[in-house]
Amino acid sequence: MSETSFQVSIGEAFTAEDISETVEAPSKQLAKYAMRLGDDALILAQRLGWWVARAPELEEDVALCNIALDQLGHARAFLSFAGLAWAKTEDDLAYFRNESEFTNAQVFEQPNGDFAQTIARQFVVSNYQCGLYIALQASANSTIAAISAKAAKEVDYHRDHARQWMLRLALGTDESRKRIIEGLNVIWPFVDELFRDDELVEGLGASAVPPSSLRADFDKATLEVLARCEMEVPQGFVARGGGRQGIHTEFLGPLLAEMQVLARAHPGATW
Amino acid sequence: MSSPGGTEHDTWPLWEVFVRASRGLSHLHAGSLHAPDAELALRNARDLYTRRNEGVSIWVVPSSEITTSDPDEKDAFFESPKGKRYRHASYYTEAEGVKHL
Amino acid sequence: MAKNTPSFALSEQEALARFDEIIAADERIEPSDWMPDAYRKTLIRQISQHAHSEIIGMQPEGNWITRAPSLKRKAILMAKVQDEAGHGLYLYSAAQTLGIGRDQMTEDLISGKAKYSSIFNYHTPTWADIGSIGWLVDGAAICNQVPLCRASYGPYGRAMVRICKEESFHQRQGFEILLHLSRGSKAQHDMAQESVNRWYAPALMMFGPPDAQSPNSAQSMAWKIKRFSNDDLRQRFVDMIVPQSEVLGLTLPDRAIRWNEKRGHFDYGDLDWDEFNEVLKGRGPANSIRLERRKQAHDDGAWVREAAAAYAARENKEAMAS
Repeated sequence: MSETSFQVSIGEAFTAEDISETVEAPSKQLAKYAMRLGDDALILAQRLGWWVARAPELEEDVALCNIALDQLGHARAFLSFAGLAWAKTEDDLAYFRNESEFTNAQVFEQPNGDFAQTIARQFVVSNYQCGLYIALQASANSTIAAISAKAAKEVDYHRDHARQWMLRLALGTDESRKRIIEGLNVIWPFVDELFRDDELVEGLGASAVPPSSLRADFDKATLEVLARCEMEVPQGFVARGGGRQGIHTEFLGPLLAEMQVLARAHPGATW
Repeated sequence: MSSPGGTEHDTWPLWEVFVRASRGLSHLHAGSLHAPDAELALRNARDLYTRRNEGVSIWVVPSSEITTSDPDEKDAFFESPKGKRYRHASYYTEAEGVKHL
Repeated sequence: MAKNTPSFALSEQEALARFDEIIAADERIEPSDWMPDAYRKTLIRQISQHAHSEIIGMQPEGNWITRAPSLKRKAILMAKVQDEAGHGLYLYSAAQTLGIGRDQMTEDLISGKAKYSSIFNYHTPTWADIGSIGWLVDGAAICNQVPLCRASYGPYGRAMVRICKEESFHQRQGFEILLHLSRGSKAQHDMAQESVNRWYAPALMMFGPPDAQSPNSAQSMAWKIKRFSNDDLRQRFVDMIVPQSEVLGLTLPDRAIRWNEKRGHFDYGDLDWDEFNEVLKGRGPANSIRLERRKQAHDDGAWVREAAAAYAARENKEAMAS
């Protein structure tokens, strides 16, 4: 019998639970930075979770769910860490902040659209997160560095997943090609915001990574894939952004309303 | 001769998945899945069959590429080794009690 | 044991004798073995129904992924629903070894021709339903599934071993959800009780009609696809959940439940099989929603599957040319 044919184990990793129990609280400035990272991941996980039982094939249900779970894991770690600065839990931050207090970049809240648009968004954000987490492994803050070390490996896989689908959709059929070009056109205006420096990041020195320093590698990596896809970088409109300051597109509100509805109906409850 | 599960035509073909649980062990058959090509088959296998740390290495093979022995020839095919107990150490009883042998 | 028949061309009678011998010896039938048509058909029906149940079963729980009340619960629920997709896949693969394609099974599901467990045709209006599904529905499923690990058809048994191993957390997480609700605020406790009230009877019906009215059971038991009767499994389940409900501090909505010293089991009340049959016939609260959703996902994904197939064909061609 196959009882012995595979081993099941939990595997070692640094989790949200470990952080809230063992880690020293960050400064409020560093906490705000961790919150940005956590918000990006949380909003993306929430978006990807929608695909469960809706993906083009069952195998892809499983794949997208894995990515969503990775992102949710990163979100929980960063938000748990950030919360320590205000004696708040990951759930306080996820469920009881209002829209204007969320500091994710706007690209993460963009709708799933069709599968092509979701893949285009994955293509952009996984490339960005890959460079970011690799750089953050050297963060002067050891908690940020540790969370990033695990995340770097996971988003590397997300990047590969997105790349595989970029190729297949771009070079598959006329229909899929049309859709992936459209999908990337919808997502691309939000790329610029990801790489803007601001005072918060500049004030954190070696604990953070200035987003602008990641742009060159991002461009190189995306151009390489787009060339193989026989696609062009979309031109034109650049979104104004503002996500890091709590300014969002109209898509974030409904997402949060859905995510927070039950928790807010029972303030103070444990689950 | 036949292939396991490869009897029908589907949009995406069937692949057999073999997983190595840890270094030093063989790859063992874990199950099968659908994928359009080898690259995605490998990735689907990773997502489906190693969610709980079950593996350090994966092989995927198109089901249609596997050749199996014919079950109706089973007796002829697997008869020969039977009755050749002298291939096993347990056949040699006279050395019982002698150390390091 | 060695046999003397040179087996290149077994007569049907000889093949059947050998099949019966394997079953009697409690060995496993494997895909390339000869098997009676009815055995094959029964297995295809049962395994594909089981697979469909896993896939449709993703929906009532998936309904709460976006609204789970804590990030930990969200992660657990996502992992659980993902497992169900995985389990559906293991089972579809097992069914495929019997000569039916995935596309065919999907077609049968969305056209309404194939059945799936009617339990998934109930709505999940409250978060407590996620607890009830884990505790009662998965609990009942595990009672059903553990004996299937020894089913006479090899690939089915092996899929079930894997599934049972992975599902061990499903029931526990449901129990934990209900425990937290039951011990929480009054509103939370009421939410849990109301949900258990709704799920208790449908969960008991998951074991199928009483033995006297179960047409396929006897043959399945003879073939060792099924190992225990519907009523035996149902009793086992009731005996399990009565003490568990006490730990939860929740009441099972069945006044007939009491310990029967003589039988050594809990007695329980009659079930409303008319309702069961209605739901089974597709007139349950969510039948059409579940199928519509599956169909839409399948239809919406068609262009993606075609694109990937076209890409693979093109890469193959280029590899051949170079």
